[in-house]
Amino acid sequence: MLQGLDYCLKMEVDNVVSTVREPLNWSGRWNHIQKVLERSGPFAHPDFEPSPDILGFLLNNCKLLVIGAGGLGCELLKNLTLTGFRHIDVIDMDTIDLSNLNRQFLFRQNDIGKAKATVASDFINNRVKGAEVVPHFCKIQDYDASFYKQFHIVVCGLDSIVARRWINGMLISLLEYDEDGNLDQTSVIPMVDGGTEGFKGNARIILPGLSACMECTLDLYPPQVNFPMCTIAHTPRQPEHCVEYVKVFGWEKEKPFGDAPIDGDNPEHIKWICGSACERAEQFGIQGVTYRLTQGVIKRIIPAVASTNAVIAAACSTEVFKLASSCGAPMNNYMVFNDADGVYTYTFEAEKSETCVACSQKPKTIHFKPTSQLRELIEFLCQDSMLQMKSPGITTTVNGNSKTLFMKSIPSIERATRPNLSKSLADLGLSSGQELIVADVTTPNSLIFILKLSDQCSAET
Amino acid sequence: MIKLFSLKQQKKEELASGTSSAGKRKATAAQLRLTKDLNELQLPKTCITEFPDPNDLLNFKLIITPDEGYYRGGKFTFSFKVGLGYPHEAPKVKCETMVYHPNIDLEGNVCLNILREDWKPVLTINSVIYGIQYLFLEPNPEDPLNKEAAEILSTNKRQFEQNVNRSMKGGYVGSVYFERCLK
Ligand SMILES: [Zn+2]
Repeated sequence: MLQGLDYCLKMEVDNVVSTVREPLNWSGRWNHIQKVLERSGPFAHPDFEPSPDILGFLLNNCKLLVIGAGGLGCELLKNLTLTGFRHIDVIDMDTIDLSNLNRQFLFRQNDIGKAKATVASDFINNRVKGAEVVPHFCKIQDYDASFYKQFHIVVCGLDSIVARRWINGMLISLLEYDEDGNLDQTSVIPMVDGGTEGFKGNARIILPGLSACMECTLDLYPPQVNFPMCTIAHTPRQPEHCVEYVKVFGWEKEKPFGDAPIDGDNPEHIKWICGSACERAEQFGIQGVTYRLTQGVIKRIIPAVASTNAVIAAACSTEVFKLASSCGAPMNNYMVFNDADGVYTYTFEAEKSETCVACSQKPKTIHFKPTSQLRELIEFLCQDSMLQMKSPGITTTVNGNSKTLFMKSIPSIERATRPNLSKSLADLGLSSGQELIVADVTTPNSLIFILKLSDQCSAET
Repeated sequence: MIKLFSLKQQKKEELASGTSSAGKRKATAAQLRLTKDLNELQLPKTCITEFPDPNDLLNFKLIITPDEGYYRGGKFTFSFKVGLGYPHEAPKVKCETMVYHPNIDLEGNVCLNILREDWKPVLTINSVIYGIQYLFLEPNPEDPLNKEAAEILSTNKRQFEQNVNRSMKGGYVGSVYFERCLK
């Protein structure tokens, strides 16, 4: 370990020497950072050793990944590059929309329709001397481990739980353990995650394998609000129910625009839905269906507040700086923020779950009776609050031969394996200790479950 | 406190290929990955897969029925063999239907970059299927396996179209007899 330390410090010294003469580091440019990194102070971590080499590391070696170039992403890129981080990659699959311009300040009217990642990178690289932001106009799922492995820290400004879970799973899959099962800390890539919703926001730090991960605390992220089908069909009470009704039933039945699916950005579509929803609202004596509400429900809009993004991005950037420089103890580890009424923040330690499906190293054990049907096992995978799978496909190995228990996505396999659903686990040839491979969209990798069968227990973990 | 950056540095450059804990597992990386790939297969409506043995996910067929382009109306079957090296190695794909096509030879070999030189582990079964489908929409004379077909495609598109039609209806193109493969 010490050898490694000496080695890297030497590397950094070399780099600092070579960059001192560059015009990028004009005199005084990094004063604000140097005051923190080159001397100690009352807020410094007790183990912190001030050194000019740390700035060299930030400027020349530290490689960051920013996921999302939207409201949080613009703030993050600005903060991080002005702090001295230069090597930043940014991924975003979205293009710029008029409604982004009030807060996503790296974009201008001319940029509408262009890739957020590209425009944001260009803006920053032009504005901040020395910044080398590299854009990736794609989904995070388009890259594999070899891409994510190159970064020191991953910072997320995402609006999707599925994407957060995916990157979380990816970073966990990069962890390496020695033969005794001890985590190799050099394989840990910290994830700093920001999220905002209106006046509420949160910032958290995940040290994969060491602290609570996304999956450990999935309960903190409420599932998307979906009204019960029966409510919207028969007993609507709110204007939202009426809009949802038209979305789920009316559109398919009346096909106002032929076979076109609903496009939330098409004003004609929203107008038609709004009109139908108004009729329904009238039948049930419900007030409040408007164009704006209709669009909000269809696009699931939660109004974005620029100042919330700024606060959360500032917290995230500060944490990245502390993690990268070791100059202060990182936040431990989950901060919530709300300024809907006054200003409220609270920081607590989200706890790592020993049975986390993603970050607990050992495969998860699930208990069933030999007489339980495969259907019950699948229901468990979908309904368990720690798993919340969407459409799991399950394979296993029986007597050395692979066996597909159920897979819905492929019609020929679905047909062949459908009868398995009502068979008991014992009749399917599964025995206690059996390894099940389960694939689902909610995780980047297949998961391994160990099936325990006994007569006493019902479905539980 | 974990001083991550005192510890890590250049070690990242080393290729930590494969997961070190994989040895203890019975499930192979290929099986884990393939289960994932297939569970998330999203095919265009012109493609279907057939698994002769649903327990054997490593071997399956792809049936493409193009709805536009030169090959509209035809029905072409491909066999997929996924090896245990997957996804470090590409699946092996052969065309089982004899087809008059610049990028598919009469033995059923398929010339598609992502099946060979441009394969990357990040690609999936889904990407390969889309790649094959694309060959039928845009046969590429630059990359010929069937040179005669490629030459005609680049010199005389009408002739090429006629040849494709003749082959799909069942008949001779030059000295080669093609079985009927209209759906
Ligand atoms: Zn976890």
